[in-house]
Amino acid sequence: MTKFRRIVKAGFINFKRNALISWASVLVVTITLSVITTIILLQAVLHFSLNQIKDKVDITIYFTTNAPEDKIMALKGTIEKLPEVANVSYTSSEEALRLFRGRHSSDYPTIQALDELRDNPLGAYLNIKAKETSQYESIANFLKSDNILVSGSASIVDKVNYNQNKLVIDRLNSIIAGAQKLGFLITLLLIALSIIITFNTIKLAIFISKEEIGVMRLVGASKMRVRGPFMIEGAIYGISATIITLILFWPATAWLGRHMTDFLGINMYDYFVSNLIQIFFILLLSGVFLGMISSFLAVRRYLDK
Amino acid sequence: MIYFNNVTKVYNKGPAVLEEITLTVNAGEFVSIVGHSGAGKTTLIKMILAEEKPTDGTIFFESLNIHKLKSGELTKLRRRIGTVFQDFKLLPNKTAYENIAFAMEAAGKSNYEIASDVPHVLELVDLGDKLYHFPHQMSGGEKQRLSIARAIINQPEVIIADEPTGNLDPINTYEIIQILKKINDLGTTIILTTHNKGVVESIGKRVITMEKGKIIRDDKEGKYII
Repeated sequence: MTKFRRIVKAGFINFKRNALISWASVLVVTITLSVITTIILLQAVLHFSLNQIKDKVDITIYFTTNAPEDKIMALKGTIEKLPEVANVSYTSSEEALRLFRGRHSSDYPTIQALDELRDNPLGAYLNIKAKETSQYESIANFLKSDNILVSGSASIVDKVNYNQNKLVIDRLNSIIAGAQKLGFLITLLLIALSIIITFNTIKLAIFISKEEIGVMRLVGASKMRVRGPFMIEGAIYGISATIITLILFWPATAWLGRHMTDFLGINMYDYFVSNLIQIFFILLLSGVFLGMISSFLAVRRYLDK
Repeated sequence: MIYFNNVTKVYNKGPAVLEEITLTVNAGEFVSIVGHSGAGKTTLIKMILAEEKPTDGTIFFESLNIHKLKSGELTKLRRRIGTVFQDFKLLPNKTAYENIAFAMEAAGKSNYEIASDVPHVLELVDLGDKLYHFPHQMSGGEKQRLSIARAIINQPEVIIADEPTGNLDPINTYEIIQILKKINDLGTTIILTTHNKGVVESIGKRVITMEKGKIIRDDKEGKYII
């Protein structure tokens, strides 16, 4: 315990006495953590935008006006059991008519034409939402293959809009998959670059102390006694950088929240504040891990003498 | 105590820096190693501290083959050897007190021992009023006395002093040699390398003369003949 206390104390003293180098290292770790925070926020924007797009995609089965409701409800039950399906909503022909009237309330000729018809020209429809956009095709295939769409010898289905929207859905699928892959690659690249820069800065800071490390070994200090304070310094870099990063992002996200919510589709400040604890722990763990591991590796090469 | 058996050191297939050195240093001796620059004095010292490995031959510290020791064993061996260097090799970001305390911490001494012994040893080398001075706030002579204080704090069996007076004026040189002689009188083995003829003659003890990696003379009483 005494040894550990001495190592921790030495780490803090070294941080204080090498103030210039220490704060330069903190600055570099802060940049790394800022990149990570930016990536977290951009992922949130990307995720939100993709979800919004996904929400707009669905399959609608329009039934003929004479399709029996029990058949439609049976079909709804069958579709709901498919593992790819998130939910199925039923709209009766009366409801469809009411909604149509609502949508065209200011379109007088259309309403007048509708009034002149005695019967309801609109059929009922089922709106199907899949869990993933990529699953719409398999749902559509199921609908094609299933005899349930047929009543007697005639089909009860007027049309399925998947076939009309297939091109759009396929393109959307590839855009979403591409955006996710690209986001992941950019994230990896930025994190790797930041880690390399941080590691080299800490390596440079420790290079300045290489004579000191040699002297410590010569007076009989164990490897852990030499390495320990540098690792504690690395941890202090991480902790300080985490605090600074959060302080910097607080007003930055507040500004984004005030001015960019419409453009981004998400209030950055609300997202930042509501996920503050998770973001804090991600940054703290990344910063401390990065600082300690970089110090551990950088000291290693001077320890063997 | 220290035994070199046919030790040769060659760097990158060049000429031998040390060539078939066989040498014994007994406990309690004061051995001065003299020679021109490049004679191999510092390499010899580095071998005892296991900073360099011999290309051929073996070096023993008592029964320990120095270059067969594992890292932990080497650390323990180094705690039995005090070192003093021409460039002092002090820890620049630590005060005089902390420089000595560090050597004690490395040897596993308690906080109580550190608090009681450090001021005492600094008094011994006449640095009692410089406890909280950093090395850059001290003169060359003071730095070397601090370096000696650090070397003796754990009561080592051997002190290795590599050109300890090389950067000092005559008065400080005299003081350092007097301190080393006193330490030797108390039973600690001293191995010293120097260029300084006056130093060797004032010590008046065993002198090993080296030239081009070989021992060319080994005199029982201080003679500086090159």
